Order: sequence, then C-alpha cells, then structure tokens
Amino acid sequence: MAYTTENNQSGQMAKAIKEGIFAGLIAFGMFLLFVGIETYQDINNQLVWRTRWGLLAVFVAVAAIGRFVTVGFIKPHLDSRKLAKAKSGVLEISDEKGFFRTHFLKIALIFLLCYPFLAMLIFGRQGSLKYVDNFGIQILIYVMLAWGLNIVVGLAGLLDLGYVAFYAVGAYSYALLSAHFGFSFWLLLPMAGILAALWGIILGFPVLRLRGDYLAIVTLAFGEIIRLVLINWTDVTRGTFGISGIEKATFFGIWSFDAGTPNNFAKAWGLPTSSVYYKMFLFYIILALCMLTAYVTIRLRRMPIGRAWEALREDEIACRSLGINTVTTKLTAFATGAMFGGFAGSFFAARQGFVSPESFVFLESAVILAIVVLGGMGSLTGIAIAAVVMVGGTELLREMEFLKHVFGPDFTPELYRMLLFGLAMIIVMLFKPRGFVGTREPTAFLKERKAVSGSFTKEGHG
Amino acid sequence: MAGETLLKVQGVETYYGNIRALSGVDVEVNKGEIVSLIGANGAGKSTLMMTICGAPQAKTGQVIFDGEDITKLPTHLIARKRIAQSPEGRRIFPRMTVLENLQMGANLDNLKYFKEDVEKVFVMFPRLKERQSQRGGTLSGGEQQMLSIGRALMSRPKLLLLDEPSLGLAPLIVKGIFEAIKTLNKEEGLTVFLVEQNAFAALKLSDRAYVMVNGKVTMSGSGKELLANPEVRAAYLEGGRH
Repeated sequence: MAYTTENNQSGQMAKAIKEGIFAGLIAFGMFLLFVGIETYQDINNQLVWRTRWGLLAVFVAVAAIGRFVTVGFIKPHLDSRKLAKAKSGVLEISDEKGFFRTHFLKIALIFLLCYPFLAMLIFGRQGSLKYVDNFGIQILIYVMLAWGLNIVVGLAGLLDLGYVAFYAVGAYSYALLSAHFGFSFWLLLPMAGILAALWGIILGFPVLRLRGDYLAIVTLAFGEIIRLVLINWTDVTRGTFGISGIEKATFFGIWSFDAGTPNNFAKAWGLPTSSVYYKMFLFYIILALCMLTAYVTIRLRRMPIGRAWEALREDEIACRSLGINTVTTKLTAFATGAMFGGFAGSFFAARQGFVSPESFVFLESAVILAIVVLGGMGSLTGIAIAAVVMVGGTELLREMEFLKHVFGPDFTPELYRMLLFGLAMIIVMLFKPRGFVGTREPTAFLKERKAVSGSFTKEGHG
Repeated sequence: MAGETLLKVQGVETYYGNIRALSGVDVEVNKGEIVSLIGANGAGKSTLMMTICGAPQAKTGQVIFDGEDITKLPTHLIARKRIAQSPEGRRIFPRMTVLENLQMGANLDNLKYFKEDVEKVFVMFPRLKERQSQRGGTLSGGEQQMLSIGRALMSRPKLLLLDEPSLGLAPLIVKGIFEAIKTLNKEEGLTVFLVEQNAFAALKLSDRAYVMVNGKVTMSGSGKELLANPEVRAAYLEGGRH
C-alpha cells in the first residue's frame, strides 16, 4: 500500500514537471512576440525594436510554475479531499454551513449601512471620498444594473445585449427633464423608470418571436440605435458634448447639497463644508434602490408573473399549453428590467452631474451581462459578489501604484481592466460553469417538509 | 354524464408550410369518455393534438369545445378553456422543482385550489411527493411523465390531452400510468383524449378509439371492437409481443 502511494506520488511529480515545462513552452510561444519584443519610435521618428527578455522570462516562469504547482500539489490535494469526503459518506450539499455563511446577507447589509461612516472613521473626511464614491457608489450602480438585467436574462431567459440603452434612457430623461422643466430628482426618478420601461416594451414588441442568438443581435442593435440617436440628435441631446450641470439630488427638498444655497446640508447641521455628505447621501440612495430591486425581484419570483418568467426560460411551448400569455410575460420582463435600468440611469446622471453618449457604449452592456453570467444567472447574491469583484477589482487596479515599481513607471494598471475581466471569466467558467452561485433557490414549499430525501434539501428541514 | 359531446373536430386540415399533415379529420370526444387515437409514426396523431391546442391552427374545418368554436384562438386562451395537455416529450420545466412545476399548472386559478389539488396529485403519484423539492430535470423518465400529467391536472381540466404518455418508459411504469388515467376517469369523471403508439394498452383502456393513417381517420369504434378487428391486429398489434 505504502509502495503504491509513493509510486503514485512520484508519477504525479513527473507529470507535474512535464506539464509545467509544456505550459512554459506554450507561454514562451505565445508571449515571444507580444512581450519579448517591443517596438518604439526613436529620436528620428523611426520605428525600432528592443527586446524584453526579463519580462518574457517572468511570464514564462509564472505559467510553468503555476502549472507545476497546480498539477503537482493543488489538484492531488483537492482530489484527496474529495475522496475522503466521499469515503466518509458526507454529501457536500448537506454540509453544515458556518455562522458566516448562514448570516451572510445580514452581515453584508449591516456592513453596507455602516460603510460610509467606517470609511470616514478610517480615512478621514476627504480620504473617505474615494472609498464611498469610487468603490461604494460605483459598485452599487453596477449591482443594481446587473440585478435589473438579471430579471430579463436570468429569470426570463431573454438574452439582452443592449441593456445599457435603458440606462441611457434613464440618464437622459433625468438630464433633459431636469434642465428643461426643473423637476426635482425625486419626481424624475420614477419618471425615468417609467420612460425606460416604456422603451423596454417598445424593444419588446419586435423581438417577441425571437430567442437566443437572434434576440441577442437585435437587442445589441437596439442599444447602438439609442446611442447613435443620442450622438446625432444634437438639438436635444447636444451630441457628443453631452449635457452638463445637471441638478443634484436634494434631501427630499429639505436640504440641498449645493454649496451656495441657504438650506445647505452641512450648514444646517453645523458641519464643516465638504462634498463627502453628498456622496454619503448618494451612497444611501443607491443602496436603497438596490434593496428595492432585490426586494421586487424576490417578491416577483414568488408571484405568478415571476414563476411564468422562469417557466418561459425553461420551455415556451409548455408555458403556452398551461395558459400563459407569453407575449405579456415577455413584455413585462423587458419592462421591469428596463425600469430598474432607468432608475440606475437617472441616479447616474444625478451623481455625475454630466451625461454623454460615451457612458453608454456596448462595452457597458457587455460588462453588466458578464457580471450577471459570472455571478450565476438568477442569483442575487452571486451577482452582487461578481459586481464587487469585477467593478471593485477594476477600481482597485487604479490603486496599485506599487506595480509601477515592478513593471516600470510607464505601467498603467487600469489598462489591464479587460485582461482582468477575461481572466476572471475564464477562471469562473472553468470551475463554476454556472457562475458563482449556480444553484437556483426554489420558491415553493409545502408546510410539512418531512418526506423529502435528505440529499436534496439544503439542511435543517429534517 | 356520458353522451354529451365535449370536443368535436370537424373536417380539420392542417398544413406545415405547403405540406398537408391532416386531411379532413373528424373526431368526437364525449363527456366522461376515454378516447384514444392510434396510428403509425407520422400518421398525424400529434399534429391533431397540437391542432386542438391551436399550434399550428387548422386551415380549414372547425374545432369545437364545449359548444364553442376554438379553432382560431391562440394557444394560451385554448388552455384557459380548461383543455390541459401533457405534451409529447413531457416538456416539464427542468430547472424548477416538482412543486414549482405543479404550481405552474395551477396558475389559471391563481393557486386558489393549489393545496387541495397538490394533495390529490400526490395521492395519485406518491413518487412526486417524495421528490417534491427536487428539480424536474433530475427526475427519471417515468417520474417526469407523472409530473407532466400531474401538472396538467393542476389546472382542473375538463379535457385532458395526453400525447404518448408511454414514450420511452418501462412496461411496468406504463401500466401504472395507465391505471392512474383509468382511476381519474372513473372517480373524477375526467374526459381523456389519448394519443398512443402502444396500441394494445391504449385500446384496452379506451371506451372508443380512432385509427389514423396518413393524416386521415380510417377506422373508429369501441376499444374492444378495434382490438378484435383483424386489420388493426395486423397493422398495430401482431408485430409487437403484447
């Protein structure tokens, strides 16, 4: 017995070394021209090249050692753990969850509620700006957008590549209506949502008969149409210049956050002047909007319409034969998803004080969709985690000053944003093909749950 | 109870593009009956079933249900007239749990009778009760068929359309399912219209039956008559080892 294990181990090592060398060779081949050679212009404006063997060696070494460690140590370790688990007869599903995991949502919500104050405590009034605005608000906007898109893609199964169009409709609705009619944020927020929902229905009609790839292409085109209209309808939208000087949100009309006004928030409360209060206020607004989105999604899933969405994703013909009107079901999915996009858009406009078509390019749609897919379609928690990782990770890249010491002073980490996205995509899809949280939470239970076989329940319903 | 016509299909012709799949079909189903439709592959059995449900719609002829012309109604409105279908290939919702699948069936009444009806389904198919929290896609073929029938029953139908309930199932399970259909018919007075390849089992179960060949009804009669009919025996029964 001992002999065979030893034999196994040495075999494993040999395999690991072999695969490591192989990975190194592939990396060498791939990066030889990309990384190993760099072109630049010299003083005479001539294109010349120089080599970067050191950097290439780093790339190759990372690939080779990474593969070696994965095959030689990590994989056997995971396998043996799986084997031990299988031997002991404990199904992974029925594992007791720790305190943290069972109360994850409560902990996360409490943390979010305290977050601006924590940031202020730790980093001071001005220092916290970055954390509340760049991290907090930015991430929450994407959480909200992804949750909105989740209704369309995750629940109803309608692949929408033009979701950013509704975001744009919301943002421009706020910007234009506020500029022309002077309506307040609190009036325009629902209006922007309703307008976006209308656009959702307008998009919905022509695509009713489409599914899958065809639907994706048409929605993609829709997103581009909206953007091009925004660019070219210069009389109204001022084209690529965008609309600036958009009214800030007020504290329900009681306090304003504009510096000069008499009912300024900081003055009213005798606080030192700072923009941080406005950011904190915005943070709580978007947090509330996110909670609203989550609440509505959770409620709807338990209602006939939400069930119909999910059934529609599974089998359209069966839906019809059960008396479900697939037309209205699809349209409500588009409208509801678009409405939340519109809310997020009007919030975005109020936060930036400036909107231009540049914020609503296809890439945004792709990022939002990527977050939904990575998080696990249909799972609110998974999507929120994916948004934190992806958007937060991007923001974090800006902070990585130390990388300049490694890769030289010209290195701008945020340019590697898409690399990070792609990498995360590949890793998640390799290990969790259905996203972070791939399991679907059932919505229906009968009162007595005793007759359910153990391995298919979560836990504790005994 | 019996005798009154519930479903009447009159001279129905259905086309797939230019191809005529049904050429002048007349079928009647009376209240409280089990009627089956047998025939070879491609005879148009499933097409007739789908035509009753309005997808595809009949080009000529009429489908009359409970005295009302439903020929040109969209599928979901036909379903709301309480014609429930357990479609070919079962078409359950694979990622939703058994209970959620059943809820989908009860949508017409907004789940008003859900608790009551779910108990009935669970009494009829105890396996579904055991598996109520399991995802539909993880069920075995027989269990999926039970779920498909159960889901159809949740809408409290006046007429139950069953398309090949025995498809791909072991004989013992088929027997169980056919017994359940018989019980439903006897105890609840449910009218059943059944499309089957398994002619022997279907004919034994049915009050009346139709034989379909190339988009036409060529024979009809009581189940017993057709079982004894030499032509039917030659075409659909003797080949198999029933």
